[in-house]
Amino acid sequence: MTKLAIILLSAVFINNYVLAKFLGICPFLGVSKNLKSAVGMSAAVIFVMLMATAATWPIQMYLLNPHNLGYLQTIVFILVIAALVQLVEIVLKRYMPALHQSLGVYLPLITTNCAVLGVTILNIDEGYTFWEAMVNSLGSGLGFMLAMVMFSGVRSTMEGSDIPESFKGLPITLVAAAITSLSFMGFGGVIENLFS
Amino acid sequence: MKTLNNYTKGLVRENPVLVLVLGTCPTLATSTSILNAIGMGLAATIVLLFSNILISALRKVIPDKVRIPCYIVLIAGLVTAVQMLVKAYAPALNDALGIYLPLIVVNCIILGRAEMYASKHSVFESAVDALGMGSGFTLALFLMAVIREVFGNGTFCGMDIPVLHENKISILTMAPGGFFVFGLLMAMMNKWAKHKPKKKDFGCEGCPQASVCHKTACSQAETPAHGKEETA
Repeated sequence: MTKLAIILLSAVFINNYVLAKFLGICPFLGVSKNLKSAVGMSAAVIFVMLMATAATWPIQMYLLNPHNLGYLQTIVFILVIAALVQLVEIVLKRYMPALHQSLGVYLPLITTNCAVLGVTILNIDEGYTFWEAMVNSLGSGLGFMLAMVMFSGVRSTMEGSDIPESFKGLPITLVAAAITSLSFMGFGGVIENLFS
Repeated sequence: MKTLNNYTKGLVRENPVLVLVLGTCPTLATSTSILNAIGMGLAATIVLLFSNILISALRKVIPDKVRIPCYIVLIAGLVTAVQMLVKAYAPALNDALGIYLPLIVVNCIILGRAEMYASKHSVFESAVDALGMGSGFTLALFLMAVIREVFGNGTFCGMDIPVLHENKISILTMAPGGFFVFGLLMAMMNKWAKHKPKKKDFGCEGCPQASVCHKTACSQAETPAHGKEETA
């Protein structure tokens, strides 16, 4: 239980996917303009990350590893994720139109999101068991959401400020991301000591 | 002349990282040391070269409706091949790049060039375009890595630099430094490129998800880095 808690908390705060591992930067910079789309996108990411882990972990352990096909990991995972996203979209559209309305736009964008492929590969590399992998995915998704929501707040504050001409647009956003990332470094070493 | 122009556009005017803002994740993550940056740049360039050649050669065979999945399978196969080569001949680089090596699959530069360029141009043109874009990617990575390694670690390709080695700014090699240096470089690029004739518009047209995206989740329309650039 303690191990699961450590995995969850360190995935959210210390190894934050966006601010420490640089995965999923594109949606982080692109969709964090306002709070509503930031939350929608992160919810879709959490959802797809959990689904993708639930699908890829058994595939790796029970299909690829016993047949020495580990080298097919990349190609199989990306196909599974792409197919899964399509499937989820169709199912949501048919049975949960309300949820599809709020998440639908973001789902196709996630197929080529490196955070999703990243989390599935890292789960295997770290040698997690199935539940540890699921918890890690959940934590990574929550961390992504935390970073997105925080950053959308930072960006809305930035909108009214006087920015030097060459820094307008993405450059100042990246500098703001640097400062946000700095604040997350403060969590380093906290989680391990929390449970000892 | 046209071929040369086709090559050089990827270096500066349409630099994939600093102007088109594609492939940000590997740029930020692997630019902590110069050797890693060059390794990453080369690996991505090789994948890009072969994917552009193959996709351009197959552009009449691949049905339009399923082209994106086809491209992804092709690219994933190439990435796996490169990954195995790196594992066999440069194991140290494989450890250093770690997860970012398989993640070349989802690098937007490769899918973006396949969709925007290789699916419409001849094999030779696509190969030149891939080399140009790949060199631009490597160049941007190299620039960032030089700043981050020289000032952050006081070394150049692993060799100590006298004064800087004793006065290093370690934060530059950590995550915040990556964002910061990238922001500064992009600002420099904006400043520098402003007086030059802009070439092509990079909008949602080139984005693989354009058909489903409806511009609701894309900053491309607003960012001055590329959205508003028009033919001069």
